[in-house]
Amino acid sequence: MKFMLMFRSVTGREVDVPPCKELAAMGDFVNDLTKSGVLLATEGLHPSAKGARVRLTGGKVAVKDGPFTESKELIAGFALVQVKSKDEAVELATRFLKVAGEGESEIREVIEGKTE
Amino acid sequence: MTTSDIHRIIDAIWRIESAKLIARLARIVRDVGLAEDLAQDALVAALEQWRESGVPDNPGAWLMATAKHRAVDHLRHNKRVERKHKELGRELKAGQVEARDLDAALDDDVGDDLLRLMFTACHPVLSTEARVALTLRLLAGLRIDEIARAFLVSESTIAQRIVRAKRTLAEEGVPFEVPRGPELIERLSSVCEVIYLLFNEGYSATTGDDWMRPALCEDALRLGRILSGLVPNEPEVHGLAALMEIQASRSRARVSSCGEPILLLEQNRTLWDQLLIRRGFAALQRAEQLSDTPGPYTLQAAIAACHARARTAIETDWRRIAVLYAALAQAAPSPVVELNRAVAVAMAFGPAAGLEIVDVLRSEPSLQGYHLLPSVRGDFLTKLGRFAEARTEFECAAALTRNGRERELLLKRAQECLIPPEPC
Repeated sequence: MKFMLMFRSVTGREVDVPPCKELAAMGDFVNDLTKSGVLLATEGLHPSAKGARVRLTGGKVAVKDGPFTESKELIAGFALVQVKSKDEAVELATRFLKVAGEGESEIREVIEGKTE
Repeated sequence: MTTSDIHRIIDAIWRIESAKLIARLARIVRDVGLAEDLAQDALVAALEQWRESGVPDNPGAWLMATAKHRAVDHLRHNKRVERKHKELGRELKAGQVEARDLDAALDDDVGDDLLRLMFTACHPVLSTEARVALTLRLLAGLRIDEIARAFLVSESTIAQRIVRAKRTLAEEGVPFEVPRGPELIERLSSVCEVIYLLFNEGYSATTGDDWMRPALCEDALRLGRILSGLVPNEPEVHGLAALMEIQASRSRARVSSCGEPILLLEQNRTLWDQLLIRRGFAALQRAEQLSDTPGPYTLQAAIAACHARARTAIETDWRRIAVLYAALAQAAPSPVVELNRAVAVAMAFGPAAGLEIVDVLRSEPSLQGYHLLPSVRGDFLTKLGRFAEARTEFECAAALTRNGRERELLLKRAQECLIPPEPC
């Protein structure tokens, strides 16, 4: 089964490029995950200042450029993993947070054909 | 934290850490069976202790440290026993390292130990069944009941199979090492074979009611990815990974909503998993960069890639597929490969060219009773307008197949030969 791990960091912590030490630790972590055969894809995201939000309400589209100052937590990255159970995904997310720092990781199962 | 919470966490951690744990322990105690017991002991210790103190910050390191202590205790105890036997005061045998040195010696990459574990679990002294069970147990971290379910046999059968396999490894004195030189290639192909067999059992289950068992495919994929990380310079390992990624990319498209198989050319290609396809292409590229003469897995991956590249069935590059099958027939000659080549050749150059290859195969003893031979021949004959002969072939194929749905389809095609379409 596949899970999407969405990492949300605290708004104040948005950085363009993480410090070297953090980056190296993250690199090691990603490398370990790749070697263990569970990581399908992962990316880190630029701060919301460079992004935008598009919303459709009542048939009307509204585009709002970042930064999204009103949000307490912002998506900072994601990983797509193929694991044996939700518990395994939870454990991976826990380890990820210990490397990435304060924030939250939302874990969602990917829809794959017929569900058993 | 409740006991069931701890159980769930430990289950997940076991899945992630067990192979590394067992591999490192096997390196210390030089016995795979004992290593697994010691790893299990560490897990039991974790269950007891974590319930009191909570899950430690780095559970993998905790388990490893605990398990190592146990392994060293075991060695010390054995040494004591040995010394008693050989009179007290005698020097320790050369080559038997002290616990302190052991830790330093083990400080290298756990990957080497994992690779040793893979080679040991897939050792040729073991039967194929034993290799498969042991690999799932030791390297994929599956429980006995999970393996039993995957192969639709009882738990006691699997448990016994694993116990016997571990005993055989000990009795035969199989060293815990990575083979060198020409033996490496041979043994590596045994590892690849086990992984691909697992994948195939999941991809087109030979037993049971389900056409696919996705969990088994995923276990095989995971093992294949681990293996390509461990031996990054072996082209066929990347070829195998590529083949599995690309085949797995079609999982969603190859079963209808009522569970019927859908053949490659009839699949809805928008359902193919593009991420897995891209991963497959990347692995295939690595395989091709590493070798000028692609091996069987790389060639099969290249064929799978041809299909993956075609947005519709009609855009398939059959000429290239025919060339790849010819190369495959040279690298790994087999009548089934030849039959597949016939299909590709017929698609590329017309049914007459395909029929020529199939006619040679009719005298092949290993294909007697193989329903796809008359089925393919019947298809070529239909396309050539030789309906009476085609009908005999379809009827023959229908009598040979063991699949009810396929029989219906073949009989229908035989029937259609009686009323050939009007020439337009």
